[in-house]
Amino acid sequence: MTTNIVQLDAVSKAYAKRVVVQDVSLSISAGECVALLGHNGAGKTTLIKLLLGLVRPDSGHIMVLGEQVNGNGKRQHDATGFLPENVAFPNAMTGGQLLTFYAKLKGEPRSVVSPMLKRVGLAGAENQRLGTYSKGMRQRLALAQALLGEPRLLLLDEPTSGLDPVLRREFYRILSELQRRGVGALICSHTLTEIESRADRLAIMKQGRFVACGTLAELAREAAIPIHIRVATAPGEASAVAEHVHKRARVEKVNERVLDLSCFGADKMSLLRELSNLDQWVEDVDVTPPRLEEIYAHFTGVGDA
Amino acid sequence: MKIVLVIAHKEICDALRNRWVAASALLLAALSLTLALLGTAPAGSAKASMLAVTNVSLASLSVYLVPLIALMLSFDALAGEFERGTMLLLLTYPVQRWQVLVGKFCGHLCVLFVAIVCGYGCAALLAAVSGDNGVDEWFGFGSLIGSSVLLGAVFLALGYLASMVVRERATAAGIAIGLWIVLVVLYDLVLLGVLLSSQGSLAIGEQAFQVLLLANPTDAYRLFNLAGSHGATLVSGLTEAGGGAATGTLLPLSVMTVWVLTPLVATSLLFRRREL
Repeated sequence: MTTNIVQLDAVSKAYAKRVVVQDVSLSISAGECVALLGHNGAGKTTLIKLLLGLVRPDSGHIMVLGEQVNGNGKRQHDATGFLPENVAFPNAMTGGQLLTFYAKLKGEPRSVVSPMLKRVGLAGAENQRLGTYSKGMRQRLALAQALLGEPRLLLLDEPTSGLDPVLRREFYRILSELQRRGVGALICSHTLTEIESRADRLAIMKQGRFVACGTLAELAREAAIPIHIRVATAPGEASAVAEHVHKRARVEKVNERVLDLSCFGADKMSLLRELSNLDQWVEDVDVTPPRLEEIYAHFTGVGDA
Repeated sequence: MKIVLVIAHKEICDALRNRWVAASALLLAALSLTLALLGTAPAGSAKASMLAVTNVSLASLSVYLVPLIALMLSFDALAGEFERGTMLLLLTYPVQRWQVLVGKFCGHLCVLFVAIVCGYGCAALLAAVSGDNGVDEWFGFGSLIGSSVLLGAVFLALGYLASMVVRERATAAGIAIGLWIVLVVLYDLVLLGVLLSSQGSLAIGEQAFQVLLLANPTDAYRLFNLAGSHGATLVSGLTEAGGGAATGTLLPLSVMTVWVLTPLVATSLLFRRREL
């Protein structure tokens, strides 16, 4: 028995012969946060719509929260929270009125509205018209409706767009709190620096296909992107150190006291051992694993999107 | 059922908030009062109560205004939500698509009902104060309100269909205006032209003419209100226009009901098949 709350098997979807999702398989387990990355138009939003049952797959199977989703318009599960990328709420309503409407649709009592607004930091804006809301406030309101009704799966399309750094941290705090309670999440994002430390797994889409899927370390290995190592040496000894290690690593830069090296994951440990043997010269070592940006560029192939 | 009520409630609140209800009620009230005050003056010597005359004036007014108000409420109902992305979000909730449509329809129907009752109620009040109105006239007024709401329902349903078939609300607005012009204005003009050119002997046959007249929901409404009740026929002078159509009241009402249900069902089917 698996605890996967989302299971996609070889799902494909084409709009009028233009293939937007092709042979995609993915699973998300309870409490897991998967990031969905890719250029605009790579098929991320369509994939989310497939999961929501808004779009019929041409082939393949989709299971969400233990139920088959086939896009026939019937909503079988209501434990899914969705944050759309673009939504223009009616300006004349207040935040409280709008959230009450959505709460009622999910069968929640009115009393959940105020605490929820407080949770996303909109406590003071409950009776304010949406026309006066800023971009960040609208985004938080959209998040609030997604969190209504104790969802077990969150599908979030660009959840942090328009949020300032403090609110972004707050958003990820709420998310990790939910993850601890077993809520799974699929997040579409373009903010790679932000998502790399938050997501358990990353899926990179290109022209409707998954070109990579796994943890950051797995993707780095697969992409064979070198690790950067900066060695601080005693004055004048950098080149001596470089002499010793040049077989195991590429020397990127040498000056008086600093040596920049790059090596592949497999050589990392032996290189570090070597460096620690040279402790009469080596003063400090900084290891920088490959950044998600580099991995992303590798898989999506900059320039040929 | 609960979902339908929640959506209907939201539509009513929206219409109250953006002053739609107030604006339509005021418009109808202003025009109906004008008609009641001015329209009854020349009929002073005719043996007709003030309310009976007012009923006829209001029926003629409704034929133009109620469809317009209904279309303005409905053309945006689906296309606008698709465009703003709120429909996408709404459908991720545990709601069925038909519930969205029926909810909106119920909500808008309430809005129309309130606007019509408030608007025409003013004229009726005025007529009541002036006295001399029988039960017949009040019954006529009641059926005027009821049939006006039904006429509104026809154009709500047509508006939803227009709103469903296109991708943009601007296009839906264009179609709505087109529907109004064709069904409310042009259709009658063409029929009138046929009638005039026939010089007494109808080329298309009397039967066919009656069918054509009844087929249009606005003309069915006219027939119901102007030829349906005896009090109204006295003052409307329309009795013979329909070729002495002894249509009764049931037939026009059924025609209008068909005009409500057909577009609603069509919209619902299209909605169900629509991928977002």
